[in-house]
Formats: sequence, structure tokens, C-alpha cells
Amino acid sequence: MKIWLSQDAAARALGADEVARALTAEAVQQGIELQLVRTGSRGMVWLEPMAEVEVDGVRHAFGPLAPGDAAALLAGTCDKGQGPTEEIPFFARQTRLTFARCGVIDPLSLDEYRAHGGFAALEKAREIGAEGVLSELTDSGLRGRGGAGFPAAIKWTTVAKAEADRKYIVCNADEGDSGTFADRMLMEGDPFTLIEGMAIAGLACGAAKGFIYIRSEYPDAIAILTEALRIARGGGLLDGFDLELRVGAGAYVCGEETSLLNSLEGKRGVVRAKPPLPALEGAFGKPTLVNNVLTLASVPAVITGGGKAYAGYGAGRSKGTMPIQIAGNVLRGGLFEAPFGMPLGQLVEEIGGGPRSGAPVKAVQVGGPLGAYFPPALFDTPFTYEDFDAAGGLIGHAGIVVFDDSADMVAQARFAMEFCAVESCGKCTPCRVGAVRGVETIDRIAAGDAAALPLLEDLCHTMKLGSLCALGGFTPYPVMSAVRHFPEEFQLAREAAE
Amino acid sequence: MTDQITPDGLDERLSEILAAHQGLEGPLLPILHAVQAEWGHVPQASVPLIAKALNLSRAEVHGVVSFYHDFREAPVGTHVLRLCRAEACQAQGGAGIAELVKDRLGVDWHETTANGRVTLEPVYCLGLCACGPAAMIDETVCGGLTRERTLALLEELGA
Ligand SMILES: Cc1cc2nc3c(=O)[nH]c(=O)nc-3n(C[C@H](O)[C@H](O)[C@H](O)COP(=O)(O)O)c2cc1C
Ligand code: FES
Repeated sequence: MKIWLSQDAAARALGADEVARALTAEAVQQGIELQLVRTGSRGMVWLEPMAEVEVDGVRHAFGPLAPGDAAALLAGTCDKGQGPTEEIPFFARQTRLTFARCGVIDPLSLDEYRAHGGFAALEKAREIGAEGVLSELTDSGLRGRGGAGFPAAIKWTTVAKAEADRKYIVCNADEGDSGTFADRMLMEGDPFTLIEGMAIAGLACGAAKGFIYIRSEYPDAIAILTEALRIARGGGLLDGFDLELRVGAGAYVCGEETSLLNSLEGKRGVVRAKPPLPALEGAFGKPTLVNNVLTLASVPAVITGGGKAYAGYGAGRSKGTMPIQIAGNVLRGGLFEAPFGMPLGQLVEEIGGGPRSGAPVKAVQVGGPLGAYFPPALFDTPFTYEDFDAAGGLIGHAGIVVFDDSADMVAQARFAMEFCAVESCGKCTPCRVGAVRGVETIDRIAAGDAAALPLLEDLCHTMKLGSLCALGGFTPYPVMSAVRHFPEEFQLAREAAE
Repeated sequence: MTDQITPDGLDERLSEILAAHQGLEGPLLPILHAVQAEWGHVPQASVPLIAKALNLSRAEVHGVVSFYHDFREAPVGTHVLRLCRAEACQAQGGAGIAELVKDRLGVDWHETTANGRVTLEPVYCLGLCACGPAAMIDETVCGGLTRERTLALLEELGA
């Protein structure tokens, strides 16, 4: 009997390893020959730990499992069946390009990776050459998935054209935004896709060396990537492209690309002034391509399917699919890859099922700790870079955090400032000092000081315009969106104190 | 500054660590991680030796150690409990779990229990945002923390 069981960190956090042990022990007891394949996650976190069993050649999902379900699962009498995995509405409504293999295959099996289309893109890239790759990428309209949404082809072309004796490809796997876990899921569930994407980048940009800079908070992903790199090197797959894994040390700001480069060089992770652009003067002073995990991991799908086909998905200038992460207080949390353009409210209510607590939604924060809070009144906003910008927010790394009506928006605004104060690299004053003042000012508002609200607005203005990077520059988004959309709470804080 | 005791065999083991990382580009972070994996913190006595090997000043190495939340300059408890304080976990009742843990352990953030078993650290997102509140005990992830589950975990840690 063959059972696929997720070993994604979210599944393990919910007890997948205990389920695995119970299955193995129970199989011995029942005299069943069990082939247990540990996979990445299919992304339906509310069903984790989730196992799959083949019925008439189709994988059926079972979950959320507890060790006590092992016997029934093996006997075919488990009552936690969810039907065919790919027919579960949350899954069926997705378009999986970047995450096509995640949860399906054994993440460390090169044979399965190949059997599911792996390495076809790298082979094609070797045929069409750097020019061909850059042209497909241009056609695809792929934009950076790390937050800023910068067109990938422009960055790649800049690095490709730069003259230097040495260039680098750096994968930004620092994924610090609350509400996001797509990078983690991909690295744990389909690491060869990222490796393949980086090898293609090396080929297109003329770089022989790559680094994956991963946050230390992801021990599972670190273990899988380490093994995947060993296998890839052993199999001679990288063909002269040398790829190294580097682990961060718990600093949110090291997700910012210039700070990341300093960290990679062994320095304090302070932000560098731009220009020079990392594409021209990046790691160790050499031209460097810095891209997010999802950007690089989408490249194989772009190359295999063709840039034009990729651009056929999405809306307006937001092309392709986005792995959206639905998190927080939500019934069906997980990873939902879909073409850009679905209205926010549909993602929250219909796909996510609204708050798990059963209470109404009060707000959702989109784009991590530097993203705005959206009230239900803005739920018709289509999920695209442009529409979110126009609505006073950003999609960032596409995390959606759902809050029910018990959320305290003054406290959320305060937290945004507190977080900025904790994580500021200290290089510029608006961020370093502004965040501390921000916490104090919000405390005054909460204590009923009416004069403090305009001060907060001024402060946000200064941080926005004067900060060296988006840490200080975007912290005003969550703060001011809370003030703008929930003025009564800031008002009430005053009245309550009067 | 806390009193520092130089761990036994520091020189010898550190030389091995330094030698193992010599060929890397930008070796300081990998070295510091290896040092902390060995001794649980970055012993003060290691700083001048690392500085010398990398041709840096002590101040530069110290500056790096102190910049990153991960690197510790003093020993910690037997176990490190990292509790997520970020937004998605807040939305799922993370603050209540944090209060419970602090109360039960009798410590605040960054402190170690009186019996030396557990150090409590805040962490800002573990990528378990769809199954919070989340925590990490040493390198083991835990999600969907309820009051009961949290108390059971603390019990197991011997806190
Ligand atoms: C404070 C801060 C944190 C960031 N964190 C990340 C991160 O964790 N991962 C990421 O890919 N980009 C992050 N970014 C964006 C990077 O600076 C950069 O734009 C990105 O890595 C470029 O890759 P892309 O074009 O593929 O998105 C962050 C930016 C700022 C200002
Ligand atoms: S916010 Fe707690 S795990 Fe992401």
C-alpha cells in the first residue's frame, strides 16, 4: 500500500510525524507492506496533517489526521476522506504553474522531478541560449514576487549586460513577512524547481555562482535544501554553476536586498544607499541578480510553457499567477495559486471561508507587516499590483492575514511601529527614531490625548519620505490604513479616556 | 556585561571551525552559526580569535554579533522556546498564549526560567501563519497552540 503524507513544516507543526510513526507501527501490526512517501504540502493547511491514498488511479485526500486514524486509514475505513485531492474546491479553483509539483512528488527524488517535467526548462534554456531566455522572460511579463514587483526581465538584462569577471545570482529566501509561507512551502516541497530556476538565471546572466540566503527560522527548509543541493551537485545537474546555501541570523531587514548583500558578505545587515544598483554592484562589489524564491521558481514554468502563454494569465500589467497565502483567523488557510485579478473579498470569504472563529471579518492585512489593513468595504479590490496601489495598499509577497471583529486596530497600529523599532537596521533616523516615537504617540492616543493624532500623521509622512528603505518607508501603510479605515477606534480611545 | 567563562577546549575547536570555513566568500556568518551551534552562544573569548583569522577588528566582529537577533553573547537555558508574536498569530490568539507562557514560566521575553530549563524568545513569523499560534522549541515546530497544548508542552520541557 502506498500513502503520501505531507512533511511540510506546517504539517509537522500539526503532528504529521506522529501520524507517520503510527502508520508505520500499525502497518507492521496489520502485516501490510507500506510505502510511505513524505511529500511537500498541497497547500491546504487546514487539512494537515494530510495523507493521500490512491483509489482507482486517483489520489484521494484524508485529513486532518491524528495518530489514532492510522489503523482506519490502512484498513480503508477512515472517515476523514475529502474525496479526490484535486477536486477539493480550494484546490480545483487554482492554476498551479509555480507550485505544479509541490505536494505531488517526493521533494528529493530526481526521478520523480524529471517524470513531472523537471529540467525540461534548463534543457530548453541551453538550446535557446541567454538571448532566448531573456526574450521569453520579457514576453512573460514576470515581475518580482518579493514585494516590489519589479519586472524580472529588466533586472536580468541589466546583469547580463554588465561586464565583470564575476557575477552572482542571489536568491532572497528571507521571507520575513507575517502571513507568508510560499517560499518555505516551495523550498520544502519542490526544491529542485528553485535550483533549476537559479541555474537558468546563471546561464542567462553569465553568472557562475549563486547563493540562496535563507532565514534561520526555517530549519526544515534548510535541511531539505541542503540535501537537494548535494543531490543536484552529485548528479552533475548544475553544470559548472556553483550554488551555496547561506543562513541568516534573525533580522527582518536582511530581506531588503542591499541589507541581505551586506549580511552575505559577513557584515551587519544595514541597508546600502542605491545607486549603485545591486545589478551592477552587488555581492562583493560584483553585478548581482537578487530575486525572490517565487520569482526564480516561476522561471522554469515560464521557459517550458513559453513567455507568451504565461502572460496569458493575469490582469493588466500583473501577469501570470501569484501564489497567494491565506492566513490568520481563517477557516481554510493555505496556499492558493491563481492568476492575478481575483477580488480580495472572494479570496477571504469564498476561498478562505472567512474567520475560523465564526465572527465577521473586521480587516485583512495584505503584504506583511508593511502592508495596509483593508476593511470589508474594500473587498472588491482586484488582486493586482496596480489595484492595490490605487487602494492605498500593496500586495507585497501576497500574504493575506484575516482578523475577526475582536481585532483592536489601535493595538495593530502600535504593533506596526513596535515591529519597525525592533527590526530597524539603525542606519537612517526617520526609521530608527520615528518608529520609537510612533509607539509613544499611539500610546498617547490610546490614553486619550487628542493632540497626538495629527502628530502621528506628521510622523508617518516623515517616515514615508525620509527613510532609506521600505522598512521605515512603508510602516506608515499599516498605521495610516488603520487610522483611515477605523477612525472611530482612534476616536473612541480618546473618548474612553476623557 | 555578563561574566564570561571560557569554555574548555575553545581554542582547539575554534581553530577547526575557522579552518572549515576558510575557503568561503564572506565566511563570518557561517562561522558564527557554527560557533553558536557548538557552545550555545558566541563566547567572548572567541571574538578576538575570529577577528584575527578574518583580518577584522574585534569591534567589527562584535558589531556583527550584536546586530543579529540570533547571536547570543551569554549562555541560555537547556531549551529555547520561540513564540511567534507576528500579525497572523496575533489574529489567532497569539497574545493570550504569550501571556500564559510568561505567567507559567515566570519570565518575560529574552529571559530564562529560574531552573535554567527554558529561555523564552519572541520570533516574528515562522511561516506557520495558517496554523497559528505557532512556536518553535529548539528546532521543532509547533502549530495550532491551544492553552491545553501549550501547558502540556511546557510540562514536557520541565519548566
Ligand atoms: C524591509 C524589507 C524586507 C524585505 N524582505 C524581503 C524578503 O523577505 N524576501 C524577498 O524576496 N524580498 C524582500 N524584500 C524586497 C527586496 O528588497 C527585493 O526587492 C527583492 O528581493 C527583489 O526580488 P524580486 O524582484 O524577485 O521580488 C524586502 C524589502 C524590504 C524593504
Ligand atoms: S505570523 Fe506567526 S507564524 Fe507567521
